[in-house]
Amino acid sequence: MRSGAMTITEQTGQGRVQDTVHGVPVQEEVGAEPDVLVVAGRPIASRLIMGTGGAANLEILERALIASGTALTTVAMRRVDAATGTGVLELLNRLEIEVLPNTAGCRTAAEAVLTARLAREALETDLVKLEVVADERTLLPDPIELLDAAEQLVDDGFTVLPYTNDDPVLARKLEQVGCAAVMPLGAPIGTGLGIRNPHNIAMIVEQAGVPVVLDAGIGTASEAAQAMELGCDAVLLATAVTRAGDPELMARAMRLAVEAGRAARGAGRIPKRYWAQASSPDLD
Amino acid sequence: MVVWINGERREFAPDARVLDALGALGLPQKGVAVAVDGEVVPKAQWAGTALVDGARVEVLTAVQGG
Repeated sequence: MRSGAMTITEQTGQGRVQDTVHGVPVQEEVGAEPDVLVVAGRPIASRLIMGTGGAANLEILERALIASGTALTTVAMRRVDAATGTGVLELLNRLEIEVLPNTAGCRTAAEAVLTARLAREALETDLVKLEVVADERTLLPDPIELLDAAEQLVDDGFTVLPYTNDDPVLARKLEQVGCAAVMPLGAPIGTGLGIRNPHNIAMIVEQAGVPVVLDAGIGTASEAAQAMELGCDAVLLATAVTRAGDPELMARAMRLAVEAGRAARGAGRIPKRYWAQASSPDLD
Repeated sequence: MVVWINGERREFAPDARVLDALGALGLPQKGVAVAVDGEVVPKAQWAGTALVDGARVEVLTAVQGG
């Protein structure tokens, strides 16, 4: 039973390694320069996308962002007040990190579409991380509202990056309506439970014609590496870094993990075996 | 007339524009977006868009999140 399950994983992994990622042979893409994430024709200089939520203050956030090496970072849209102003924007501008507004907190397609339009107006970007969650307890995406909002925003000229369930069918439909990437969750937002259904992520990767970004659920570096080994093109995380004991150190760990996982995926792992196989020559 | 800005009740002269409302509250005008009664009002139209009595104005900016 156990060896059977391993064989399936092994075949899937091998098939993909010998195959191509978005039309580019994996072996040639990794290791050779440049191995750059491209979303809707625009290069993004890091495969670790950060969120800014959860940091105790802007100083800690700044150190973590620098250590993460991120080139793209999410922000939320909320009512402005004269006291707090727009501090996080100034920080991202200073660090020359591109801003990715999200629609966090929206429960319906209509709310998400309005929030995305306000973000485009305020931040002068057509990028949007589309989030439409069903309820406060799970923060899981509402697939029906999500697909509806995605379609409206694509029609309105947005570059839509939807936060989605780890559902290969929904991921395919989001791609079909014109999303520029799909961003399946590993586990519910903020739980740090890692990738609960690696096989679903692998299936999403196998069929995707757009970048796959593992978004939400990552708790520690090995899980970020796992996402990349499964073939994801990037990892998006916030809480795992911003609420870590040492956010700056965890940000560095995540950067290295994403890099390591990407290289391992491209390198092509050895087949799993049931019994041992000596790596030293036999005794004479 | 009464205008609701980010959920707070405010009094304005009858000919007030969106830009007047932002100025009166000392809100930043860069990095923000405005919706009036659920419709985005582009920055270029802030000076020309008149508010009506009972209008609900939302002024949003980017904050830490996601």
